[in-house]
Amino acid sequence: MTPPESVAVLGVGMHPWGKEGRPFADYGVDAALAALDDAGVAWSDVQFVAGGETVRNGYPGYVAAATITQALGWNGARVASCYAACASGVTALDAARSRILAGLCDVALVVGADTTAKGFLAPVAGERWDDPDWLRFRLLGATNPTYFALWARRRVDLYGATVADFARVKVKNSKHGLHNPNARYRKEVTEAEVLASPMVADPLHLLEICATSDGAAAVVLTSMAYAKSHGVTSPVRVRAVSTVTPRFPNTVIEMPNFATDSAAALAPPELSFRDSIAAGAYEECGVGPDDLSLAEVYDLSTALELDWYENIGLCKQGEAERLLNDGDTTIGGRIPVNPSGGLACFGEAVPAQAIAQICEVTWQLRGQAQGRQVEGAKAGLTVNQGLFGHGSAVLLTT
Amino acid sequence: MTTTSVPAVEGWFTTSTEPHLLGTRCTTCGTVFFPKASGFCRNPVCRGRQFDEVELSSTGTVWSYTDAQYQPPPPFIPPPGEVYEPFAIAAVELAAEQVVVLGQVAKGYGVEDLSVGAEVVLVVEPLYEIDGVEHLIYRWKPVAS
Ligand SMILES: [Zn+2]
Repeated sequence: MTPPESVAVLGVGMHPWGKEGRPFADYGVDAALAALDDAGVAWSDVQFVAGGETVRNGYPGYVAAATITQALGWNGARVASCYAACASGVTALDAARSRILAGLCDVALVVGADTTAKGFLAPVAGERWDDPDWLRFRLLGATNPTYFALWARRRVDLYGATVADFARVKVKNSKHGLHNPNARYRKEVTEAEVLASPMVADPLHLLEICATSDGAAAVVLTSMAYAKSHGVTSPVRVRAVSTVTPRFPNTVIEMPNFATDSAAALAPPELSFRDSIAAGAYEECGVGPDDLSLAEVYDLSTALELDWYENIGLCKQGEAERLLNDGDTTIGGRIPVNPSGGLACFGEAVPAQAIAQICEVTWQLRGQAQGRQVEGAKAGLTVNQGLFGHGSAVLLTT
Repeated sequence: MTTTSVPAVEGWFTTSTEPHLLGTRCTTCGTVFFPKASGFCRNPVCRGRQFDEVELSSTGTVWSYTDAQYQPPPPFIPPPGEVYEPFAIAAVELAAEQVVVLGQVAKGYGVEDLSVGAEVVLVVEPLYEIDGVEHLIYRWKPVAS
């Protein structure tokens, strides 16, 4: 397969993350207008709107693309609302990119916005005995941090990781996000503060588990020809998008499952699901982990960020703690990870988060990431994993 | 006084003195599923539609473990009592079935009693009580080494 053509990221915009309690579409409109202004594109010129759905805001959330299009003022654009849990934003981006590459449109808006409740992410209400996401709470009391902690504990028992290693991920990210105007938490955190925060799910403390936030992010995606006609000769480019699902048997316990697949009849695939996500993007465009200037990874927990170092090929299995402690993943190091501050500084706004990662990489590649710039950034990767088998990775270059 | 007890979920485990998890095995390819699969076999190279109910191994080794220091949100039903008591959770690998099953850890055991690779055995214990009826759940109990 020859690498696909690039599409241009002409504009990016966000509504700052927080907990304002406003309707999600308000945030979405703010982010969309910021991205349109950044691109210098009029709303009336947008031909396709792809939206990440939110399942916590009733019907308007299920039809997020239409809701936000209506809020911006109906312009006749075609719409698609996409749900893939944490990966929703990239599923939306993939729809827009595919439509552009197919020649069906030139200008697309990708947007995700959320308004969240306080506390743990709880399942949708009602008695649902056939829904594993409901059952895991009823029968096991297994929250999202339960799964994060299971993965974290593996690092401790298998690779000798320590709680101090995990805490230092938070320390790094809190420094990175200190000057990010869109981050919700902008305060330096020390290792001692992390370790003094209450234990939530052993070995993870409160300050190591990402909060839920309100927020919105948007991207204006166009064909390269449109960007050129618009006077932008070297835009940030989307080179590859990976929205892979697992291969059977998936032998890692994943949210919200009670069990893994059985490997008794069929051998596990060569790459684990999490390993296959970035691999899908690398394979599509021929850019590899050694070519990256930075990565935005989904740090639902501190320990999970370390898993991602290995999953995206920055180091071998069991070496992530060394990479962190050597300063390689700090801004100024060999391969900065989460220069935005990551989920540690944002908290998760589910349908917006994967798009926010793309906004950050775009600012980095343009040299506009004030106070957190990775010098000379040429290529960046975003990666995350959504509940129920949704991989998502985007590779962007100058 | 509790007069009756029922499984908190129907058909997932037996409640005999030596309890077992109940799964299904595809009669075509032999893949085991827990919780039970029905309809189509999820092995992508198999088109089986017939499953036998099977009792899974009652012992396994810890794949990983943690605990819940805060009371989980509904639909979790906290056990009666004023004070929330943290409980441990383990993901346990069953060798014969090559599957990892998540479960709470038996009452009275915490993360300090666990390690990756340690042996555990399946037990059935009360999970919550509704209108005097005790609802039971399977749990993993560390085997003293
Ligand atoms: Zn089969």
